[in-house]
Amino acid sequence: MAAVQDSVVAIGGGAQARPAAQGRWASLWAKHGAGYMFLMPWLIGFFGLTLGPAVASLYLSFTSFDLIRAPEWVGAANYVRIATADPKFAAAMQVTFLYVVLSVPFKLTFALLVAILLDRGVRGLTVYRAIFYLPSLLGGSVAIAVLWRQLFAGDGLINSLLAQLGIEGPSWISHPNYSIWTLVVLSVWQFGSPMIIFLAGLRQIPTDMYEAASLDGASKFRQFYKITLPLLTPVIFFNAVVQTIDAFKAFTPAFIISGGTGGPINSTLFYTLYLYQEAFGNFRMGYASALAWILVLIIALFTAFSFLTSRYWVHYDD
Amino acid sequence: MTDAIMSSVTAPPSAPLGRRGPLGSILVHAGLIAASIAMLYPLLWMISASVRPEDEIFASTSLWPSSIDFASYLRGWFGLDISFGRFFWNSLVVSVLTVIGNVVACSLAAYAFARLRFAGRNFWFAIMLGTLMIPYHVTLIPQYVLFLNLGWVNTFLPLVVPKFLASDAFFIFLMVQFFRGIPRELDEAAMMDGCGPWRIYWKIMLPLSLPVLATAAIFSFIWTWDDFFGPLIYLNDMNTYTIQLGLRTFVDSSSTSDWGGLFAMSTLSLVPVFFFFLFFQRLLIEGIATTGMKR
Repeated sequence: MAAVQDSVVAIGGGAQARPAAQGRWASLWAKHGAGYMFLMPWLIGFFGLTLGPAVASLYLSFTSFDLIRAPEWVGAANYVRIATADPKFAAAMQVTFLYVVLSVPFKLTFALLVAILLDRGVRGLTVYRAIFYLPSLLGGSVAIAVLWRQLFAGDGLINSLLAQLGIEGPSWISHPNYSIWTLVVLSVWQFGSPMIIFLAGLRQIPTDMYEAASLDGASKFRQFYKITLPLLTPVIFFNAVVQTIDAFKAFTPAFIISGGTGGPINSTLFYTLYLYQEAFGNFRMGYASALAWILVLIIALFTAFSFLTSRYWVHYDD
Repeated sequence: MTDAIMSSVTAPPSAPLGRRGPLGSILVHAGLIAASIAMLYPLLWMISASVRPEDEIFASTSLWPSSIDFASYLRGWFGLDISFGRFFWNSLVVSVLTVIGNVVACSLAAYAFARLRFAGRNFWFAIMLGTLMIPYHVTLIPQYVLFLNLGWVNTFLPLVVPKFLASDAFFIFLMVQFFRGIPRELDEAAMMDGCGPWRIYWKIMLPLSLPVLATAAIFSFIWTWDDFFGPLIYLNDMNTYTIQLGLRTFVDSSSTSDWGGLFAMSTLSLVPVFFFFLFFQRLLIEGIATTGMKR
């Protein structure tokens, strides 16, 4: 009886309290609700497709998991094996670093040179810019990788052209010393998008700086080294970081050109290709997760290193 | 900052190092034209190879076919058990759904970040920027396990549903930058007139943001059309193959026997991207210059 009375009181009290609570909720809702409503799809995606999977993949990297049986905890065994007993990992690291070190500087140098030529009041700028940009747009597709595979084959277009000059070229894609170079050339061929960013950066440099310098009798080379290059360092830095991270993640061209093998003799075994083989070829999901985390670590270390060293060479005006 | 670069991209060219003499000018053009030819030569050669008679493909390095013959297109189209029409259709479906997902979900989130006040806004914005840095490999395997358990492998759902959850956070960033440039007085006036956030989003922000929505849509389309990794993992049934997977199967099955058909289908696969390049070049170039997009 007392309990019933209590509950009656409680209900009564609740009825009295409700408008106030509702008011508080309503005002909270009015203040923050709309924001969270608009953000809802992204929030669901962030928890369900990014944060959750990232945590899961960190856990899986300490397990042995083949998709069929439940993951089995193995401690740091995956990482230990990667570091000490996996020659393919060592090969993949070597190939990937070689690719980064060769492709990024060539690509950026070329992009900067062409951007400088185009910036100097060339007629038909928009036409040239369009032509140079087109490969960047098409380059990621399988069609271009297929074309590349033909271009650098033993009986491919490049060797036909060389034959006209009396040179007998090797089969570039099936020779372990040259295969990586075909991928480097493919990357440099796509110099258009960093070029556009350089062009935008060049336009930001005030013209009166050059006018003042040439009044003082500074030569064009001196103007380039003393004005253009220092003022462009933020853009160079940006392009270098973006292109390097992209190069670490490259996949499609190596996959198509090597037929998914990373051959000949692992010479095009990009890191991501190795990760793919482990995960979806051998179904070693735990091991592949460990590989993924090592890739993240490498990219994070590289990015941190770039930002730390940037204060010594990147010139920030403001 | 963004506006400054945006306008500088389309501004008339400055001549910072002074105009060149006629000789210098000719040299520069000669260099640029030579570079253009070298850049385009492989592409043009592929197109010309696709319309050559089969026996002539490797005999010639010239760009001009002796006769035009579309037999390669017919052979290529029906070169696999399932025709390329199916692959093109699949690619189109995935790409269009991706465009819709990206534009809707990213613009909703961008509007919240750019205009609405709510607790934790800066925190979530920082998190969103942080996700841009994370390589997708980290989430790849658990996502695969998730979609496998949902029974989504061999459907387009794993490729499309994440886009409706704004998984391409890059476009959120792009849109936030643009929305911030729209004068606040417009929303304030609308709010005075009793418009809620939905109406402001729908009636003011979206109509005024067509350039950035178009940029996001075009890049979404091109990236999805060209995507190889996602389809490679999630689509194993040939009926669901996208054009990129179809081409890859064609290379593997015919590797040296039917280059004509392969080049014909490769050329066709580039047509949609080329179309966007031709008609929306300015949007693409501005998009890259203002944000430093990867491609």
